[in-house]
Amino acid sequence: MSITSLPETDRSVPLNRNRRSALIALAGLLVAEVVLGSIWKILPQNSAVSPNVFTALMFLMVPPILFFIYDAIWGIKSRNSKMASYPMMLIALGVFVLGTLWTVMFSFTNIKIIPLFTPADWVKGFVGLANYKRLFNTSRWMDCPGLTKAFQSGWEFKCAGALPNMVTYAVLSIAISVSLGFLLAVMMDQKIRAEGVFRTIFLYPFALSFVVTGHVWAWIMSPEYGLQHSIRALGWESFSFDWIANRDMVMYAIVIAGIWQGTGFVMALMLAGLRGIDDEIWKAAKVDGIPAWRTYIQIVLPMMKPVLVTTFVIVSSGAVRIYDLVVATTDGGPGISSDVPTRYIYQNFSANLGQSLSASTVMLVAMAVVLIPWIRVEFGKKSQA
Amino acid sequence: MANTSTISAEPSGAKPKPFITWERAVVYTVLIVCALFFLLPLYIMIITSLKSISEIQGGNIFVPSSNPSLAAWEKAWNSACTGLYCEGIKVGFWNSIKITVPSTIVSIAVASISGYSLANWPFKFSEGFFTILLLGSFIPYVVMLYPIVIITRYLGIFSTLPAVVLVHTIFGLPIQTLLFRNYFASLPQELFKAARVDGASYWQIFFRVFVPMSVPIFTVSVILQVTGIWNDFLFGVIYAGPTNYPMTVQLNNIVNSAQGGKAYNVDMAATILTGLVPLTIYFISGKYFVRGIAAGAVKG
Repeated sequence: MSITSLPETDRSVPLNRNRRSALIALAGLLVAEVVLGSIWKILPQNSAVSPNVFTALMFLMVPPILFFIYDAIWGIKSRNSKMASYPMMLIALGVFVLGTLWTVMFSFTNIKIIPLFTPADWVKGFVGLANYKRLFNTSRWMDCPGLTKAFQSGWEFKCAGALPNMVTYAVLSIAISVSLGFLLAVMMDQKIRAEGVFRTIFLYPFALSFVVTGHVWAWIMSPEYGLQHSIRALGWESFSFDWIANRDMVMYAIVIAGIWQGTGFVMALMLAGLRGIDDEIWKAAKVDGIPAWRTYIQIVLPMMKPVLVTTFVIVSSGAVRIYDLVVATTDGGPGISSDVPTRYIYQNFSANLGQSLSASTVMLVAMAVVLIPWIRVEFGKKSQA
Repeated sequence: MANTSTISAEPSGAKPKPFITWERAVVYTVLIVCALFFLLPLYIMIITSLKSISEIQGGNIFVPSSNPSLAAWEKAWNSACTGLYCEGIKVGFWNSIKITVPSTIVSIAVASISGYSLANWPFKFSEGFFTILLLGSFIPYVVMLYPIVIITRYLGIFSTLPAVVLVHTIFGLPIQTLLFRNYFASLPQELFKAARVDGASYWQIFFRVFVPMSVPIFTVSVILQVTGIWNDFLFGVIYAGPTNYPMTVQLNNIVNSAQGGKAYNVDMAATILTGLVPLTIYFISGKYFVRGIAAGAVKG
């Protein structure tokens, strides 16, 4: 049930000592280097293509050239496979590793508008935790007056700001969509009629963009002409549903939209998990006279642990990066009461990069905490096996 | 993943049951109530888009128009205003096509070849790179957004089409590679070995043996990428530049640029239009869509 493990087969490939093709590739790459090195000089001044593109391409071709030199002399095992994986390796190292490292490292510098790159820049601009101190003193990011007076008399737990909003959204939307999704999956598993119709209905919101979801729900929940207006018009004058315009309730309004979009996805994963349970288990439970609901809770649920963990991780990684839904539903309003970290970070890109980078790092840490159970399921059992 | 349709189709269970038990009644009631909740926004979207503004202001959100008209659709498509321009959402539609087609092709090309390498031609560190990708897919996008802004600015492609294509290729790579790697690993090894013995090269095996066998997984992956890229908002707003804003961004601008009262009927028509492409794909491809989203999580 693991994503990463491959079947244990012998996939070793015989050594490929085809020198001729290595030399041809090498010659081709060297010619390309020369062409790229000279082409930008003859380009028109106002060309649409930046000369940097040629510099970058020339630089990117250095590892393949070294690779083929090595190959021509000593031979390289599964050469084509390594060459073909070059884009993947570049993205893995150049974007995922280096990009993340850059963000984390330069969150400790006084970087403001113009980005810095080199280690020398980093040493020169190093300011320690200053960005983080400022971040957590910014009420738009996190404003928890209750925390300083925690557990004293008259203490009231109340948090506002982008980070607490994200936590509220994540906790509520995950809890509700996972439990509702599981419940729906169990019901769908009762050999019901028209299962395909129900699945189509539950899952279609997941095919939609968060922007679409957000605008629909913003319209339904709009106090002006939406649900509240319609129910009041029916005669229930005191009916009130203005969460979307209410500073204290707006995150719950966004949770509703998020659940509508995401529950079908959880249901689909859970249903696949349920269908993966061996029928013998059910027969055994039936023979022992265990009621179906107890079989679900005490036998099936523990057996579905890998599916549950993966679902949880996928759903929470989506909840942590929530952005489009908020932009479409409320655009952070009323005021900034439904601001979320991604929005905060994005809006600080142009003027206050240090805040963006330190806030990104905080999100990275938050995600790492969520990932730990998944890493244990996914990679932990290899060492046991 | 289990083939869900065959299991439910077969009659099973030994003893005949009464026509309807109260348990069944509860199950169907819950399912139908939930189905109504999930259908409600679609219903409201459609009936609102067919109303006139006065009907919206005077009427009930749940009651369909007595005099439905497609005027709002026409306006949303052709002449709704997105801030400065009033050319409707059709601009965004064509931009989204321009973004989605190359992004899907490039990302699937890179991912299928990477998946093939990982599954059939593993080398030292290949699993390590794959693990980085997999972990990278969980890293919040914002962590890597600015580094990519720096890269695209350096290359002079920031705020252009190639930048969005590059970003979609990068962020689509983990899940797509996973999809292809697991699929190729599930194919019989004998095929691969027979082709090797016959002297087929890396590329020959890929194009002559594996690709013809992999139509289902390419279908799944195209569906995932097209809906994912079409529905994207963040990358479009950052990297595409105002002239290339995709449909989702245009929709947001149309809704937010209301002058003198919101035109909810036009907004809802634009919203449906934006959702139409992924919805059509979803309704046509049903099984493949489910398979795609479940493959990343359950298949092993």
